[in-house]
Amino acid sequence: MSQSRLGIVAESAPGEARVAGTPATVKQLVGLGYEVVVESGAGEAASFTDEAYAAAGAQVVSGDAAWSSAVVLKINAPTDAELARLAEGATLISLLSPALRPELVEKLGRDALGKDITALAMDAVPRISRAQSMDVLSSMANIAGYRAVIEAAHEFGRFFTGQVTAAGKVPPAKVLVAGAGVAGLAAIGAASSLGAIVRATDPRPEVADQVKSIGGEYLEVVVPEEAKEVSSDGYAKATSDAYNARAAEIYSEQAADVDIVITTALIPGRAAPRLLTAADVASMKPGSVIVDMAAAQGGNVEGSVAGERVVTANGVVILGYTDLAGRLPTQASQLFGTNLVNLLKLMTPEKDGTLVLDFDDVVQRGVAVVRAGETTWPPPPVQVSAAPAAAAPAAPAAPAVEKAPPSPARKYGLIGLGIALLFLVNATAPQPIPQHFTVLVLSIVIGYYVIGKVAHALHTPLMSVTNAISGIIVVGALVQITSDDTAVQVLSAVAILLASINIFGGFAVTRRMLAMFSKD
Amino acid sequence: MTDNLLDISVAAYIVAALLFILSLAGLSKHETARAGVGYGIAGMAIALVATIALAVDGAEALGVVLLVGAVVVGAGIGLWRARIVEMTGMPELIALLHSFVGLAAVLVGWNGHLEHPPYVGALEDIHRAEVFIGVFIGAVTFTGSIVAYLKLSAKIKSAPLVLPGKNAINLGALAAFAGLTVWYVLDNQLWLLIVVTLVALALGWHLVASIGGGDMPVVVSMLNSYSGWAAAAAGFLLSNDLLIVTGALVGSSGAYLSYIMCKAMNRSFISVIAGGFGIEASSSGDTDYGEHREIDAAGVAELLKTATSVIITPGYGMAVAQAQYPVADLTKRLRERGVEVRFGIHPVAGRLPGHMNVLLAEAKVPYDIVLEMDEINDDFASTSVVLVIGANDTVNPAANDDPSSPIAGMPVLTVWEAEDVIVFKRSMAVGYAGVQNPLFFRDNTQMLFGDAKDRVEDIIRAL
Repeated sequence: MSQSRLGIVAESAPGEARVAGTPATVKQLVGLGYEVVVESGAGEAASFTDEAYAAAGAQVVSGDAAWSSAVVLKINAPTDAELARLAEGATLISLLSPALRPELVEKLGRDALGKDITALAMDAVPRISRAQSMDVLSSMANIAGYRAVIEAAHEFGRFFTGQVTAAGKVPPAKVLVAGAGVAGLAAIGAASSLGAIVRATDPRPEVADQVKSIGGEYLEVVVPEEAKEVSSDGYAKATSDAYNARAAEIYSEQAADVDIVITTALIPGRAAPRLLTAADVASMKPGSVIVDMAAAQGGNVEGSVAGERVVTANGVVILGYTDLAGRLPTQASQLFGTNLVNLLKLMTPEKDGTLVLDFDDVVQRGVAVVRAGETTWPPPPVQVSAAPAAAAPAAPAAPAVEKAPPSPARKYGLIGLGIALLFLVNATAPQPIPQHFTVLVLSIVIGYYVIGKVAHALHTPLMSVTNAISGIIVVGALVQITSDDTAVQVLSAVAILLASINIFGGFAVTRRMLAMFSKD
Repeated sequence: MTDNLLDISVAAYIVAALLFILSLAGLSKHETARAGVGYGIAGMAIALVATIALAVDGAEALGVVLLVGAVVVGAGIGLWRARIVEMTGMPELIALLHSFVGLAAVLVGWNGHLEHPPYVGALEDIHRAEVFIGVFIGAVTFTGSIVAYLKLSAKIKSAPLVLPGKNAINLGALAAFAGLTVWYVLDNQLWLLIVVTLVALALGWHLVASIGGGDMPVVVSMLNSYSGWAAAAAGFLLSNDLLIVTGALVGSSGAYLSYIMCKAMNRSFISVIAGGFGIEASSSGDTDYGEHREIDAAGVAELLKTATSVIITPGYGMAVAQAQYPVADLTKRLRERGVEVRFGIHPVAGRLPGHMNVLLAEAKVPYDIVLEMDEINDDFASTSVVLVIGANDTVNPAANDDPSSPIAGMPVLTVWEAEDVIVFKRSMAVGYAGVQNPLFFRDNTQMLFGDAKDRVEDIIRAL
């Protein structure tokens, strides 16, 4: 029995209320065959008691016992002291921000740490459809977007929704959400369900429909002469100068108009773009609220301070909270825990409590920062086709087997050959053959174009009409019946009979069919 | 007098040809379809009146009697058949009607031999070649359509006939035709005409007999095309432009329809015509697909009650069981409950292009909820329940997943993406393509065995 011990440890970061596993996820982890231990008091801040963990099948143990497990689950990146508590050969799964914190990646390696561990970064899950169930950035951003609206509502001195009451009319609040990623969409949804008028901006025009679908209005940045870039890796890219200039105008216009601004703009691996200048903030009405969700990465708004509430001279509140997801600890723990379970499901193919790291799988390759002491960051790039959606995962595209089209040389060769043949026939054959060929060829072309547009549903009526029309052969038989030869007359009469059945039967049955087609 | 009539008839033919073009154009949309049939009837009436006037003017008494008698009897039979035909029997009727055109073309060709105009030199040679070509195409159409009719009406087995060296037989028949044509042009003998007729009859029979029942939509539209070419060949023979125009219209429309069908099955036209879809299928047999799950009508009713959107994908089995009326009734009831019901039609569902649409229209299902595969395939993922009624190969995931499957690469309805899939089926037998369907063993698939009509009625009662 190679059952591994899996430890859920308490978070040490100040103010962190989340925990990497809940009683519900513990039950699933036990189902995967792991022996699950939970550090005593780990879930307290998120309202999960030790008893609840025990009831779900976990052992509640001391901190050292939890840290000595073969697999350690955690939310935040470990401190140096915590790294020292890891056992030789252990696997650590948590947020690691490997792209932003090269020094941490170095510390996790064998040379710096002095032991072989495996470290998996939950925030490095590739953005592909299959991996959405493990994408903590999405699940945390969703919570943060919701919480940003709640924080703004808390600071804001008015209703979000417009009302007409006995005490007078209340106008609805106007909310601008910058960036329609997962967090932005969650914020748009939360704000519009509170009744506010919500507008949203995003450099990716393909999100316009998503914005509309949850109740927002998409403000498009119209830039002449610029091909709009469709995101190839699921994240927004840095934008061009012309675009930035026009976008800045829009933000200035909107700042003067709206009551609440929520900014979510992040560019992977770079400082957050500056969207609102100090002048924009100064133009806002007193009592307005700005939530800068990018404050930790430098901020989208001039004057925001990471983790702080700032009030400007003209009475605008700027919230730079960086722990928005953590302010919903119960919910955040549950979603984070479920993301972890989904990753562990992928990595425990036999459900026997044995962790298997498969480097051929792009998801597992993507999260691996250090494998058995060897640094494996960064992974090879993964391209995705589907833009990230908040809720609806993109359906995997069925592999289409395309036949190679005939080479153009061959196609034109055939066309040329046909035309040459036709030319030869018409040039050499005696009259009236060339005339007949002309009629034939033109009719074929007409037939092709006329039929090419027929609706699928009308194929059967079309066929019975063409069948009736092909009864036109009766004309030939009618011409021949004028012969003096009795044999010819009889044969013609039989042909007329047969063709007549076609003509009358074909048209009658088509009329009958068409009479049945009706619209709702 | 006759010259005058001849001029008038030529003018009438141009009008008729234009009306036929308008007729086909009108049939491309639901709104104009009935007007299109009207144009066709008008065109045909003008052509007939002009030609009959010409014929009566020149014919003897016996000829006139035969002419009128034949038209009246033919019209009577045609109208009678059109009135009594079941919509499920449409493919058979159309195949049978094609055979009539083929036979008529053979007879016209024979007349061309018996009563040939006084041509000289090259024109005489060309005339002989035209007789041969007309008879050949007509005869192939005739027997081909007869076999298609017999297969569609289940009077003979629909499995493909596999003769050794069937491609050699087909090519040999074509080579014999070419050789005999040259001989006939050089030496105008009746027996050569008889031989070529027999060769063509045999070729037509063999061509269609070696094509499996699942490919019948392609075959029927192909025969439609042939019957057009037969009429066009007769037009060359008789120097009649109306026949050429009409024949070419029908010929190219049939060819285009066949092309659409082949594209829908991701196969080349040649491979369908050369026959044998199910042949290589027998090799992939003994895979263990796991267990299928059964469900009863009451269970399906429960599922439907809680569903928000339902897609029904019918196939030939619905036509066989005559289930279109109960299906339409079920649709109506579900829609009254506020469930979104739509139909997804695969281009080759049924035995005739557009067959399912005709059946659903007969049962008064509004045509705007009947969608094509391309229109509906993206919506399966957001659908609660899919009812697969008598379809098999057109919903087979192996076409996408299994490159070794005989139907690999064929576009299919992706029903398995829905939350629940209910498959109505008589038994676990394979479909026309002879391929096992992994859909039946998927976790979200449940089987409802029995006659589709009875089962759908059971569901309606349980609702």
